[in-house]
Amino acid sequence: MMLARTADSLYWIARYMERAENLARTLRVTDRLSLMPSIADADGSEWHSTVVVSGSESGFYEKHEEATPENVISYLAFDPENPSSIRSCIETARRNARAVRTALTTEQWECLNSAWLELPGWNEARVRGSGLHRFLDWVKDCSLLFTGGTVATMLRRDSYYFTRLGTFIERNDNTARILDVKYHVLLPEHAEVGGGIDYYQWASILRAVSGYRSYNAVYREGLKPWLIAEFLIMREEMPRSLISCSAEIKECLDKLGEEYGQRHECHRIAGQLYSRLRFGKVEDVFRQGLHEFLCDHIEQNDRLGMEISRSYLLG
Amino acid sequence: MAQAIFDEMGAPGGEIRQAYKTLQAWLGETPPEILTLRREEAETFFRRIGITFAVYGEGGDPERIIPFDIIPRILEAAEWRQISDGLIQRVRALNAFIADVYGAQEILKAGIVPRDQVILNDTYRYQMQGVSVPHNVFTHIAGIDMVRVGPEEFYVLEDNCRTPSGVSYMLENREITMRLFPDLFSRYNVAPVDHYCDELMRTLTSVAPRNCPGEPTVVVLTPGIYNSAYYEHSFLADQMGVELVEGPDLYVMDDIVYMRTTQGPKRVDVIYRRVDDEFLDPLSFRPDSALGVAGLMSAYRAGNVNLTNAVGAGIADDKAIYTYVPDMVKFYLGETPILKNVPTWRCSEKADAQYVLERLPELVVKEVHGSGGYGMLVGPMATKEEIEAFGARVKAAPEKYIAQPTLALSTCPTFVNEGVAPRHVDLRPFILSGKDIKVVPGGLTRVAMREGSLVVNSSQGGGTKDTWVLKD
Repeated sequence: MMLARTADSLYWIARYMERAENLARTLRVTDRLSLMPSIADADGSEWHSTVVVSGSESGFYEKHEEATPENVISYLAFDPENPSSIRSCIETARRNARAVRTALTTEQWECLNSAWLELPGWNEARVRGSGLHRFLDWVKDCSLLFTGGTVATMLRRDSYYFTRLGTFIERNDNTARILDVKYHVLLPEHAEVGGGIDYYQWASILRAVSGYRSYNAVYREGLKPWLIAEFLIMREEMPRSLISCSAEIKECLDKLGEEYGQRHECHRIAGQLYSRLRFGKVEDVFRQGLHEFLCDHIEQNDRLGMEISRSYLLG
Repeated sequence: MAQAIFDEMGAPGGEIRQAYKTLQAWLGETPPEILTLRREEAETFFRRIGITFAVYGEGGDPERIIPFDIIPRILEAAEWRQISDGLIQRVRALNAFIADVYGAQEILKAGIVPRDQVILNDTYRYQMQGVSVPHNVFTHIAGIDMVRVGPEEFYVLEDNCRTPSGVSYMLENREITMRLFPDLFSRYNVAPVDHYCDELMRTLTSVAPRNCPGEPTVVVLTPGIYNSAYYEHSFLADQMGVELVEGPDLYVMDDIVYMRTTQGPKRVDVIYRRVDDEFLDPLSFRPDSALGVAGLMSAYRAGNVNLTNAVGAGIADDKAIYTYVPDMVKFYLGETPILKNVPTWRCSEKADAQYVLERLPELVVKEVHGSGGYGMLVGPMATKEEIEAFGARVKAAPEKYIAQPTLALSTCPTFVNEGVAPRHVDLRPFILSGKDIKVVPGGLTRVAMREGSLVVNSSQGGGTKDTWVLKD
């Protein structure tokens, strides 16, 4: 048993840190893609697509006319008015952490506090050129330290499961969005599907989820779009895949159900979400359309998040 | 009163006092670069842990660190015994006084404390009249501010009976000193302070309300992360293993207080509240308060929840009431006060006001209801303009002021930019009252970091020191 507000804060700290990490990962892919001259010539659509998949299209275009690399980095990484910018994520996570310090381990708190203390040292000027990668690596490190600190130091009881739920609900959403980048980045007109550029784009997506080498370890037959999709959607050994996230969510909810001796609507939705992936086939995903499948998954995951809030958190 | 400044280590060039001999030797063998390094380490430690406090209305860094002086202050066992006995006696009298004020009012009837000073006081809460509280304890956690002017001379400067803060610094300062200077620490036999939070928890559970259904559920109520002492609130909740709640986490139904949890409502029995009286319950006090809980007072009066410290405890730490504390000791306990009060002029009395106005440049004048070093004049440090302006304020509302002689506060060796130099200090020990009464050997030593300054308040740039009480 714990304060609903505390559980809510833990859940959102984890979500915001995971969001910051995935934003960093997405920006990294985008930056890589834009290094391909033939794609960069195609009016920088990869920067626009990053804005779209991060779910901040309307906010972005209210402030900026064009999705130039500078504008996108400024909005997604540093803009305090964008509640999901990397800066806002870290600040919100740390503000929440301060409010629930007693529920965090020292390691978790120190990681969030250090991130917040170091944050003002990063700005648009410092991330020009090669600085961008250093910044994105730093963000990723902060998040990994937090997630690692959580797993390594937190007592296995409700507070832990609420924190982990935050991580996996967010990651479930974000992996789907990263995979969806491919849908939004259009191949240049004359490029051939499965050709050099296409290949390069798929490889970047794998890299974004730290899956490039793992993919090769699992498949050993070169990059194939349907295998990559299968890998990121249905392979449980891939820790950022949709099925892994869904399995973790289900597991956390099961533990909470056990601890509290009560199950809710969120348990049913989590079970459904997981089974669909566990017993589905990748052919069906492609038949439905990858983009449509991902949109539906994101929507179901949202609903699950809302049900978790309703049952345990602040509604 | 001694006018020469008493240095607790011993006057420069003079005899080093017994307790400080080892420290003195250690300072001699430790190069200043090491001290500087250690001070930086301490600052990093405080930042990383997030031991910060907020300073209102000055802009700049909203989360500031209170400067920590790395050189400990040392008190002998015998010195401490006298202080500790005096503190226990004083707090027993203060609790008896508050219980009396909200009960039979014997001391008012006896004409020892003027009735108007109590009933018309801003800190008096008529809502508490006739309310009985467990063990008749009203100030469960008291912080008594003391100063020293000579080897044997300690004075109580101020009682804090409401929500005294600073105990987390006492504990964290010890933590950091042991970490930075294990060699020095091990050369002394220092009485531990780290059981404070266990004692606090025991105190809080010992004052469970009369209708408590079983093992009491204790919580710490904080105004939230923007409060200047928020770190301390979370620290104490954490150390006691209880929930740190904010007003909106609690609600009252049928005179019972509940907190909102992940498993629905859970009954709360004892609230260690760090929210001021006026904000506790919008139905009884300020209706615009968002920090409190509607209906809390009603649950409190019904004996379904206990609040620590009790509502209305502030009546005992009002600066005008302060002057009567030695009388309280005699009246309630029939004992001679062990701790002395600083002689105080009450400007509410005509002759006193006259005296004070004539001697402003040599006195410390305080607003009766002020705290934190705001609204006070330190005569010898003030400019002519400041004195004139303050004098006008005293003339306009004399009843709002008291005055005291400028005490020659003792000094302790302090590591400042110029090296190790004497700086003025005070001491705030913490006294816990529940079924029993306890004092952890130590307290918060505050130090004025600027040369010659007598203002030790953290809101005015004061720092803190670890305070060692030696065992026999």
